[in-house]
Amino acid sequence: MADTKICSDISGSIWKVLVNIGDKIEAEVPLVILESMKMEIPVVSSDPGVVVEIYVAVGDAVAEGDPILLIRE
Amino acid sequence: MPTINTVFIANRGEIAVRINRACRDLGIRTVQGYSQADADSLAVRLADEAVCIGAAAAKQSYLNHAALIAGAKASGADAIHPGYGFLSENAEFAEQCEAAGLVYIGSQPSVIRLMGDKAAARKLAIESGVPVSQGSKEPVSTPEEAAEIANRVGYPVLVKASAGGGGRGMRVVSSEGDLRESLERASMEAAAAFGNGAVYIEKYLHPVRHIEVQVLGDGKRVVHVGERDCTIQRRHQKLVEEGPSPALTPALRGRITESAVAIASKVGYRSAGTVEYIVDAARQEFYFIEMNTRIQVEHPVTEMLSGLDLVALQIRIAAGEPLPLEQSQIAFSGHAIECRINAEDPEKGFLPRPGTLTEYSAPSGPGVRVDSHAFPGYVLPPHYDSLIAKLIVWGANREEARARMRRALTEFRVEGVPTTLKFHQRLMTEPDFISSDVHTRYVKETMWAGHPAQHML
Repeated sequence: MADTKICSDISGSIWKVLVNIGDKIEAEVPLVILESMKMEIPVVSSDPGVVVEIYVAVGDAVAEGDPILLIRE
Repeated sequence: MPTINTVFIANRGEIAVRINRACRDLGIRTVQGYSQADADSLAVRLADEAVCIGAAAAKQSYLNHAALIAGAKASGADAIHPGYGFLSENAEFAEQCEAAGLVYIGSQPSVIRLMGDKAAARKLAIESGVPVSQGSKEPVSTPEEAAEIANRVGYPVLVKASAGGGGRGMRVVSSEGDLRESLERASMEAAAAFGNGAVYIEKYLHPVRHIEVQVLGDGKRVVHVGERDCTIQRRHQKLVEEGPSPALTPALRGRITESAVAIASKVGYRSAGTVEYIVDAARQEFYFIEMNTRIQVEHPVTEMLSGLDLVALQIRIAAGEPLPLEQSQIAFSGHAIECRINAEDPEKGFLPRPGTLTEYSAPSGPGVRVDSHAFPGYVLPPHYDSLIAKLIVWGANREEARARMRRALTEFRVEGVPTTLKFHQRLMTEPDFISSDVHTRYVKETMWAGHPAQHML
């Protein structure tokens, strides 16, 4: 069971959190929506899994490389 | 007649710099309102005075009516320029400026309000004898009414938010099966985004071009300053604008510019404005989409062709001067093209990216103009749009303009963030662009055909 930390690859702010801890998620489905430079940018996982940790809340500012979610495969 | 001695600039980025320059040319003092994220910006450096109006988030600064008006009053400004975006088409803000004794450099609040209601503007176009695409005359109230209209005009149709515009609050519906759900979602989204859930229906036309007409009015008289062709887009947002449009015959140009004057005259338009159209080049037909009651990003294209300073004219009109020009005195020369240099990665579907410009060196030379707020070391904040610079060229004809654009793009150096420079270089050599055989979905459907990020465009 590998845990994968999904980090933001862009600085911006958290606009929407679409999942809860414990949710089963599919690959490439938006989990969190980030807003940067007036654009909504979906944060996705490249693999399916379960959300074990959410590091951000709506309105938080995030920098490039900041952790957003922890996913267990 | 109000005189303007000091203008408060209620905007940021390149347009703030542009407004500052127009004020300087007119001998007007400037006060730059800025957010905490823009303390070290070129606009702040160039202004006579600068006032911090709030935190980085636009809601707390460039969208904060009270903070902007208080900043303007405290600094002794007698007028306020809203630029584009932010509060530039907000009737309430315009009214609040006037109530506070500030000259609002823009259109009348009642006209801003009318044109902001896209369904009402469409109705006004119909009453002015301006063609609109087939669809509803009023916002639709029931799914049955929507289905009836959609069946009459034929699918696909566009469901548009009355309070939307500029590509926001708009969705394409291809069949009756999807109509009900799309209506509900469009209405909910519009209610959430704009506080108004009204939607209307238009026939979706494709392939088409996007062409707009620049107008100037003083509240009594309206002139047009020619058209701009803004067909090259992604995500309904313009990437390249040029004038004159390669797709218009002189006859169609005459009809389209006349119709823009007709609609602006109907409301007694004051200030600079733009009437936007969809043009079916094959059939030489045009349809009104909306009127923007502000100065536009791409206004330099018109300035290069006409030799006019549109921002200075906006200010002079706001100060109570009558339009200094007759239609017959407005002449156009040559061809102009503008490329938007954005901090976006075309390879990643034009994903924007904030960051530091480790290098920035803008081109110059014959026929080249760069409107920008960037400099080496400038930090592009994530809070605002991704525009770094507008590169505008002029040539005696389209081919010369295109050659100069290619030269200028080669000279332009930006490091530290991805940019649209390479995209523009490629576009300028595409045979379809050279022959201008393009439509509004050209970048997505042709240039990005088969690209993994095509869906993002």
